[in-house]
Amino acid sequence: MLAPDTQKEITQLLSRYPIKRNALLPILHVVQKANAGYLTPELLEEVAGICEVSQTHVEGVISFYTMYKLEKPGKFHLQVCTCVPCCLLGGEELLEHVEQQLDTHAGHTADDGVFSVEEVECIGACSYAPAVIVNEDYHEQMNPEKLDRLLDKLRTQGQAHA
Amino acid sequence: MLEETLVLFRNIRNSDYDKSLKGYKKTGGFTALRKALEMQPGEIVQLTKDSGLRGRGGAGFPTGLKWSFMAKGTGKPTYLVCNADESEPGTCKDRELMLHDPHQFLEGMMISCLAIGCRHGYIYVRGEYWPSIKSLNAAVQELYDDGILGEKLLGKGPKLDLTVHPGAGAYICGEETALLDSIEGKRGHPRVKPPFPAVSGFNACPTTVNNVETLACLPFIVNEGAEVFKSFGPENNAGTHLISLSGHVNKPGVYEVRLDANLKDIIYDLGGGIPNGKKLKGVIPGGASSSVLTAAEIDVTYSFDALAKAGTMMGSAAIMVFDEDTDAVKLLHRIVRFFSHESCGQCTPCREGTHWARMIIRDFLDGNGNERKLKRLHRVGGNMIGTTVCALGDACGMPIQAFTTKFADEFREVQALAA
Repeated sequence: MLAPDTQKEITQLLSRYPIKRNALLPILHVVQKANAGYLTPELLEEVAGICEVSQTHVEGVISFYTMYKLEKPGKFHLQVCTCVPCCLLGGEELLEHVEQQLDTHAGHTADDGVFSVEEVECIGACSYAPAVIVNEDYHEQMNPEKLDRLLDKLRTQGQAHA
Repeated sequence: MLEETLVLFRNIRNSDYDKSLKGYKKTGGFTALRKALEMQPGEIVQLTKDSGLRGRGGAGFPTGLKWSFMAKGTGKPTYLVCNADESEPGTCKDRELMLHDPHQFLEGMMISCLAIGCRHGYIYVRGEYWPSIKSLNAAVQELYDDGILGEKLLGKGPKLDLTVHPGAGAYICGEETALLDSIEGKRGHPRVKPPFPAVSGFNACPTTVNNVETLACLPFIVNEGAEVFKSFGPENNAGTHLISLSGHVNKPGVYEVRLDANLKDIIYDLGGGIPNGKKLKGVIPGGASSSVLTAAEIDVTYSFDALAKAGTMMGSAAIMVFDEDTDAVKLLHRIVRFFSHESCGQCTPCREGTHWARMIIRDFLDGNGNERKLKRLHRVGGNMIGTTVCALGDACGMPIQAFTTKFADEFREVQALAA
């Protein structure tokens, strides 16, 4: 069951579109965010009912877009860009550095679920490369030292929340 | 010494600028919208045609002309959908407008809604851009609270609603018909045209899709007139342009220039040249899908027409600069890997071609290249051009053909080194 707050947000979203299916992408974002950053088969079924589409349709949609997850990400999900401009300015080295520091590989979770790492294509921060997204925030013109400081900060935050 | 020409960035470049509704109003905000409310929709379309404004999303199609294609008398609602998907590698200009001066863009969007008779406009922002989505949502809320948006535009006009719609991570949704499928709640697959969106777009209703920067030009055009806008830049290339400068330059950033600036001056004057005293090797002048220019080819006017004449394109005005130490084979691999990841899989030449091209370049990087593979790579690129529903095939084919022609020796060198 979706929490009342989530349901309220969904009702609001539905009111903005001529047909319910149109609100599918934003609703999936809201539901995913409320469920620690990932979607479950039960949630997909519920969203399918809300948007009046089949569950297969919803599965087709979430498999098309990279931002919907079926596995629980870390508390801090790091997206490291290695597309053209980031790559020119050390994006690949930055990703390697993150993997070393967290002793993990892109696509995996580390530190007991505090971090997860993903290698991503262009995130639109090209003039401020190399860039990393943590959850919803951009961190730009990164280098290994800045990244270490960021990881330390997040780790402390993660422990405080735990 | 090339300097910026400030039209869209005149507020953003002012360090004291307050981007809230109050701040925007102080700079004369919404005078253009008030003016537009006194005009007939046809007059706004004509003014935009006269201004010579061309779409800033990549194709450079005349905006006023695009609006005039909207089907009339269908009895269906008409829609304006703003393309804020900004996902062409190298491009990060629209986010500056959304983050730092959202009301200028929103005013332009409202004027455009009046021009095409739209009563509910949607802004499709790429999903990763949460900061831009938050900035726009806050600005739209201010407009509702102030009574500018809602039942009566500015308290006296027609009903107008605006909704910010997040995407979910798919480059192809920047293609306008894929974007429409996506906002309808489907996988983002480009549609076969015709019918064009102006006849059958969002939910099969007449729809225009315009880029953020394009719409942001409207307040200036309505306030200052078509002739003033046209005076920035040469014939057929009206208005200033936001360029995203990235890669090996001392001062990367988003700059606003007239379309008669020279590419060389953009790199050396605005960009401050190449870092660490390195030499320039090449420039990708208009997003990852544009054909690469070598260092010897950059003395060219940065405009739609001049770049087309030079065998490349301005695209989304994303200039990616790379120095002499850059491995051109690896760079092409990065570009092709992107397109192979982002192909929607609908058309065979693109789905298979992007994948095979990537594998062949990988062979070169692994030391397994040869002359036959170089020719094959070039041919695979060619087979993707003009053979697919949308331009993603072309977007991957063009850089392949340009790199394998202009940097063919590097492919051979990689191979010789391995031997």
